[in-house]
Amino acid sequence: MKNDKLASGPVGDMQRKRTRRNWLLSAPALVVLAAAASGPLLIVLVYSVLSAGEYGGVVWKFSTDAWFNVVFFRDIFDGTTTLADAHMKILWRSVRLSFMTTLITLTIGFPTAYVIATRPRETRSFWLFLITVPFWTNLLIRTFAILEVIRNEGLINIGLQMLGVIDKPIQMLYTDFAIMVGMTYVYLPLMVLPLYASMERLDFNLVEAAYDLYATRRKVLRRVIIPLVKPGIIAGSILVFIPSLGAFVTPRVLGGGKKMMLGNLIELQFGAGRNWPLGAALSVTLLALVMAALLIYVRSTQSHSGSVR
Amino acid sequence: MKMNVVFVTVAVIGLCFAGVVHSSELNLYNWGNYTSPDLIKKFEAQYDVNVTITDYDSNTTALAKVKAGGHGFDIVVPSANYVKVFIEEGLALEVRPDQMENFKHVAPQWRNPSFDPGRRYSVPWLWGTVGVAVDTDVYKGDINTASIVFDPPEELAGKINMAPEMGDVLGMALKYVGSEPCTTDKVALKKARDLLMAAKPKWVSMDYGLTEKMPRGDFSAALYWNGAVYRAGLAKPSIKFGYPREGYEIWMDNALVLKDAKNVETAKLFLNFIMDPENAALISTFARYANGISGSEAFMPDEMKTASAINIPDEFKDAGMFFPACSKEATEYYTAIWTELTK
Amino acid sequence: MISPIRKRPPFSLKSQPGFGTIAGLCFVMLYAPIITLVVYSFNAGKYISMWEGFSLQWYVAAWGNEAVQDATIRSLYLAAQASVYSTILATMAALGTTRTPPFRGLTAIYAMINQPLMVPEIVTAVALLILFAMIKSLTGIQGMVYLVIAHTAFCIPFAYLPIRARLEGMDLILETAAADLYATPWKTFWRITLPLLWPGIIAGAMLAFVISLDDVVITEFVKSSGQETLPTYMLGQLRRVITPEINAISTLLLGLSMLVVCVLFFIERKFGK
Repeated sequence: MKNDKLASGPVGDMQRKRTRRNWLLSAPALVVLAAAASGPLLIVLVYSVLSAGEYGGVVWKFSTDAWFNVVFFRDIFDGTTTLADAHMKILWRSVRLSFMTTLITLTIGFPTAYVIATRPRETRSFWLFLITVPFWTNLLIRTFAILEVIRNEGLINIGLQMLGVIDKPIQMLYTDFAIMVGMTYVYLPLMVLPLYASMERLDFNLVEAAYDLYATRRKVLRRVIIPLVKPGIIAGSILVFIPSLGAFVTPRVLGGGKKMMLGNLIELQFGAGRNWPLGAALSVTLLALVMAALLIYVRSTQSHSGSVR
Repeated sequence: MKMNVVFVTVAVIGLCFAGVVHSSELNLYNWGNYTSPDLIKKFEAQYDVNVTITDYDSNTTALAKVKAGGHGFDIVVPSANYVKVFIEEGLALEVRPDQMENFKHVAPQWRNPSFDPGRRYSVPWLWGTVGVAVDTDVYKGDINTASIVFDPPEELAGKINMAPEMGDVLGMALKYVGSEPCTTDKVALKKARDLLMAAKPKWVSMDYGLTEKMPRGDFSAALYWNGAVYRAGLAKPSIKFGYPREGYEIWMDNALVLKDAKNVETAKLFLNFIMDPENAALISTFARYANGISGSEAFMPDEMKTASAINIPDEFKDAGMFFPACSKEATEYYTAIWTELTK
Repeated sequence: MISPIRKRPPFSLKSQPGFGTIAGLCFVMLYAPIITLVVYSFNAGKYISMWEGFSLQWYVAAWGNEAVQDATIRSLYLAAQASVYSTILATMAALGTTRTPPFRGLTAIYAMINQPLMVPEIVTAVALLILFAMIKSLTGIQGMVYLVIAHTAFCIPFAYLPIRARLEGMDLILETAAADLYATPWKTFWRITLPLLWPGIIAGAMLAFVISLDDVVITEFVKSSGQETLPTYMLGQLRRVITPEINAISTLLLGLSMLVVCVLFFIERKFGK
């Protein structure tokens, strides 16, 4: 594969043909995405450099105010300019909670996917489907179901009280903990399904070989299984981390709305704040961060697994 | 399977096309869980019309969608301050409800509101107030003050919920510090901000769902809408509604016809229809707020007629006011304070 | 696990200590809230969470509530369409972007496919509102087609990632062998690639379906008159009171999904190997 780069004659032809085939295969998806995702994104980019309209929307006048306001905070009372501490705080909270959520879903989802993938072949889809059943209800319903479990008069508190472990309910609702539990619950299948997809084809001959070489179970897991299912881990982590970053229903319902996450901040600008350009600029900022992280990931997998492909 | 999908696609698209062609149609765009099904059934039967209801969850969403165009709605029901915006932005159709047959039923105080002088565009849907809710089992003191939420007594600290509405919370805070909503006076804004920042640690949440959460004991006091508090009081009688004497908000949602409406005549019929006391009572009975139509009380459930949460007692009448839609500058201040408050 | 095992169980290649327990916990965690929800759907009380005795009143209410029924059926239609379309598109794209030497634009395609994941929903929603409103007023076409396109688009990455993950580990040996035996590329695809890829496709389609069923924000902004889905119907109620009717409908949806599980299980038992 290495000498592809020195393409000449028939090899170059074949490569061109392949490339064309690849583009053709991807084209339909790209067309839909261009219409319903990239196009809108361009609108957002443009909006971020316009002025805010009186009642939402934009006025077609160039302005860098929005971008200025993403990073800096002009104190409305004494007119001094400082770094936008509120925005940074919200950004940091979002990244922190999303990261924790990803970690927890991975900790729970990895063993679960593994167990499912090692069931007899004919029962696997059944277990897999069982993972997605709760998700036939929608996001709001699930979030409310979680609320029911962790509230002061909820399942956990009442249960613990009946067991005599605690005598006063623990305040779980309306905390960062509640947001994390909620997001973990909401996004768990996004972790389990890709993990399953890559574990299902795990070659257990390799595992057997490792045991033959006197590897312990832990070592087999760390040195054989995890490296083999790495694409699944990464896919799952992306699927959980990024939506968590932009989540806004869960923080609002379970976090009690006292502390915003990025999704809420952006929604505030498009809603009651009536500052669409700032909302657009904040979105582009978020996008740039995610993009950077993703690019690093693509680069790293290319250098790692280039030879496998 | 694939055939089915194709069939469904065709059927669904077909259905939607059918809706555009047919003329005895009305497309109502309203707040969720706010339209009495009985009212709609009655209207449909009376005029042989098919009414489609679509929901929104905030004035800003409704405005954004209507402004963007191509939505297919005929009637929208924005709050008072947004009625003004709809009119100013040229989105409302001047259908002259003031010349309609049933206009005579509109209560005198709602005939010439500041947001729609002379009622040339809009018709009252429901109105209410934003005040404080207190569980009087937990706190026995005076409840007709906003200090319940802005400077809470010991008993209520850590048990307070605020409606997650920037405009309502900041407006009430500004009234509390002796200023007016939507002010651009920095001294007052600073006072309001300091007040809110100091009060925030004593709040447990800023959330909806009071009707269900307060009787369950998730919190014991709140800044909230009167109708919801009234419902909570039905579930737990110790929950009472207080009118802050420092000033509280009166709001009113109003039905208006959109400029790009396709069924203008049917829409006008509907506006006239809901000004009939008996029909207005259906709206109130469903949503548990007062309407602006005199004589409709006669058709409401008995317990609603006297409830102090719904009928403002005389002594507090003067403290209530409509909150205007804020200017861009004021909104900028609001947003800055709100962001700092919830960071 | 560190449990006191008397008799050594036969050595299993596949077991890992503690995994069974965590998986068990995972299922408990997934189902505890759901069971609460089911229980409350039989509540005689007026509100979503105060238990006042057994009753079927919310099922009766849901039966009589056309709005909620319409919304539910519309949600299912939309999710079915979006998941089928997005899975087909994602499978093709995955075939074009994996197991291939890097080519010009690969990173760009990859970035583009994942783009709906990276943009917060509210942003896409507002942008789509503007874009579609323009098209709607220009063409006069209302229809579900806008929702279908929007949903298909944001479902693509969710369908794509599991399929890609599956493909990445499939080597080309079998396909190359088939080609050596003069199988046409089409035949190779049907007989070799697709069957091997199937678990990834199923996972992807399920994800897409669930994601579409879940969407609130984009739907709220894109929907035209009369295009309420269950999530937007609920969003509208959020500010006021959410009635247990919603619990009843959700329980029915759960029942339906369970039925699908059983049928699937049966089919696999009967016809699978």
